[in-house]
Amino acid sequence: MIAEAGLALLWFAAALALLQLFASVMTLVAGQSEAELGDVVRPAAIMQGPLVALSFLMLMWLFIRTDLSVLLVASNSHSAKPFIFKLAGTWGNHEGSMLLWVTVMALSGSLVALVERRLPERTMIATLAAQAFVSLGFYAFLLFSSNPFERLPTPVPEGNGLNPLLQDIGLAFHPPTLYIGYVGLSVAFSFAVGALLTREVGPAFARAMRPWVLGSWIFLTIGITAGSYWAYYELGWGGWWFWDPVENASLMPWLAATALLHSASVLASRDALRTWTIMLGVVAFSMSMVGTFLVRSGILTSVHAFAVDPERGSFILALLAIYIGGALALFGARASTVNEGKQFSLVSREAGLVFNNVALSAILGIVLLGTLYPLLTEAFDTKVSVGPPYFNPVGAFFAIPMIVVMAVGPLLRWRRDSFDRIAKALILPAVLTVGVIVGAVVLAPGIGILPLLGLALSIGLGIASLLPLLGRNLLRTPLATWGMVVGHFGLAVALFGMASESAFSTEKLVAAEIGDTVEVGPWSIELAGIEPVAGPNWTAIEANMIARYKGGHPVSLHPQSRNFTQPPMTTSESALSTRWNGQLYAVVGEEGGDGRWQLRLWWKPFVPLIWFGGLIVALGGALALLGRVLGDIRKAHQVRRIAERREDNPLGDAMPEPAE
Amino acid sequence: MSAPDKKPGKRWAIWLPLVLFGGFFVLVMNGLMRPADRDIESAMVGKTLPEFTLVAGSPERPGIATEDFRKGDVRLLNIFASWCVPCAAEAPQLDQIARAGVPIDGVAIRDREQDIARFLARYGNPFATIGKDDISEVQLGIGSSGVPETFVIDGTGTIRYQHIGPIMERDVQTILAEVKKAEAPL
Repeated sequence: MIAEAGLALLWFAAALALLQLFASVMTLVAGQSEAELGDVVRPAAIMQGPLVALSFLMLMWLFIRTDLSVLLVASNSHSAKPFIFKLAGTWGNHEGSMLLWVTVMALSGSLVALVERRLPERTMIATLAAQAFVSLGFYAFLLFSSNPFERLPTPVPEGNGLNPLLQDIGLAFHPPTLYIGYVGLSVAFSFAVGALLTREVGPAFARAMRPWVLGSWIFLTIGITAGSYWAYYELGWGGWWFWDPVENASLMPWLAATALLHSASVLASRDALRTWTIMLGVVAFSMSMVGTFLVRSGILTSVHAFAVDPERGSFILALLAIYIGGALALFGARASTVNEGKQFSLVSREAGLVFNNVALSAILGIVLLGTLYPLLTEAFDTKVSVGPPYFNPVGAFFAIPMIVVMAVGPLLRWRRDSFDRIAKALILPAVLTVGVIVGAVVLAPGIGILPLLGLALSIGLGIASLLPLLGRNLLRTPLATWGMVVGHFGLAVALFGMASESAFSTEKLVAAEIGDTVEVGPWSIELAGIEPVAGPNWTAIEANMIARYKGGHPVSLHPQSRNFTQPPMTTSESALSTRWNGQLYAVVGEEGGDGRWQLRLWWKPFVPLIWFGGLIVALGGALALLGRVLGDIRKAHQVRRIAERREDNPLGDAMPEPAE
Repeated sequence: MSAPDKKPGKRWAIWLPLVLFGGFFVLVMNGLMRPADRDIESAMVGKTLPEFTLVAGSPERPGIATEDFRKGDVRLLNIFASWCVPCAAEAPQLDQIARAGVPIDGVAIRDREQDIARFLARYGNPFATIGKDDISEVQLGIGSSGVPETFVIDGTGTIRYQHIGPIMERDVQTILAEVKKAEAPL
């Protein structure tokens, strides 16, 4: 009954989305007079959230009980699996993750309908119409092509496990994080379409959209950071970014969202960049959908590919064509009637933001082209894919100027400024940047050009990013400014980690006997023993290593090579030892015929800064979001107080929420 | 707000995203239309079977070794396991192929005898022989990347065709046609 109840809830929610679409379109077509129908729109949107959430809980319950009469549970779970992975199994597969997607989407729809009251009602109705239209496609996808509640004709005696690579606590929470990010962009998309439809592209629209962009950007940042760390320690290849299609699929929406975030700020505070912001709103969500499509359709080969199904791919592609094609056509038809807004001079904060927007979009284009390149060549009957040799230099071509502008831009004033005014402040970061370049060339002559520039710019940006705080009262600095400073500083930290990893890593691949000692960078590592160990659903050989940093205190490391039984699969569990100045990374491999063991060891100076920096960036976003939301609440409160005083209406105080 | 001031040079650029998206659409449609090379095909197709000898995985059927594939008849080698759900899904189709007169040899991957017996009792036993492969020796040797997979082996022990994933209703005719093809020497 649980499965049937979950399915019924989904159908009910889909029906409400249809009602929401119908009522809002009728209201838009008929104009203001059809107020009764318009009154249905918000409640219909609000109801969907709880309904779908309940449906998701039903699926979770089925997984917790390991109900093997449900196809999805039987093919993705196992009664012997640890509880947390049973739970994570709910969304660790195609159908469940699509249900999660729809859940997040419905909940955000509810939230928008519940709290957003600043926009003209017509624009709001148009936004909710777009939201309903997008939701309907995903409801249809779930109900017609990926029903998570499908029953088996006869229950199976035991489930089919979960991909052991995916049996990892970090990964269990990675997809939900990304999904929240993806779906948040769908709200931004709906706002953009709503604003286009009603020609209300202005600061109010940007302010309404901004928290959603910020929120989803924070989650995308965390998701990408966590995903990168997962790939780093779980795949056992020692790298932290592989330009894998699935990684790119999460990076592209992030790049678009970053651009959107900045252009929305310009629109909100300066009423400029209207068309551009709208287009980014459409592009950002397009990238989430393109990403989902690339991962789900299996059209590109990837280490992550699961749920590969061309039929589903076609379904998502059809949705993509309807939404993105439709939105871009609407954009073409309407954008020329949208005024570009206020003008600004070449040296101004707007100009800096425009430059970075263009650079971000260019990087986005580069990543998209590189990701699709195998398809492009396949169309001409050869299968070629591109890797780091393409992405790194071509991406850096735009990233490096962008970082320079990032250091300067926040110091500029809106509308018009001059370099003379800020030149003095920039002396220190500029000198340090040049100093690092000279120092590195003298001290470490073999260093590559990109890592060198990365190191130097990260120092320069790190200092420059703090300059906007100079001469301010730190306690009275707005949270949004803090957010910007922290975010930019975090990027400098991450950049330093990336550059240092690529410039100074040392690697050793050896076949060692028990008792052998291997030197890697400042570390000496002794292979003390190899023992078999067993877990709940795997067996492994585990190496016992004793590592000493410059002959100091011994640290023991236990990398494993794990064999899972259901399904049979070997994974390597790396062992890490983290110091303030870097990380030692150890992997154990096959036994050679002669009693020697394959060991792979890396010393990676400052590599944890990559993820630490990513988290700082996300923290910056969180500060900015908090600042904006608090600001909105305060403003709404003031507006209400003024209204109260005018109308002398005592009812207004009864509501503590920022609903008005 | 204020009157729109259109710059004629910029108007075509407004349509650029849509055009680019159109290009993307055509490209991926093209990619989706050719699903064939998405699976990892074994490099062993066209080569002879590796040497192996497997003990019986069920008291009802003998085990299997490479020389059993060199006796002149075309056989199917089915990689399966009792713990694999898609294997249960392909059971009726395997039955259908067995009834069409094609001998099927099962290789059970990392399995236990009592589990195999339960699996066969539940989903039927289309196999002529069943070998137990506890270390995925045959699976790896034959270039199979997952369970289930099915190989068409001709009378000289040469691998002629590989089917990845469960054999569904729609695949039965393809497999029977490949068996027919394998009856003629290379």
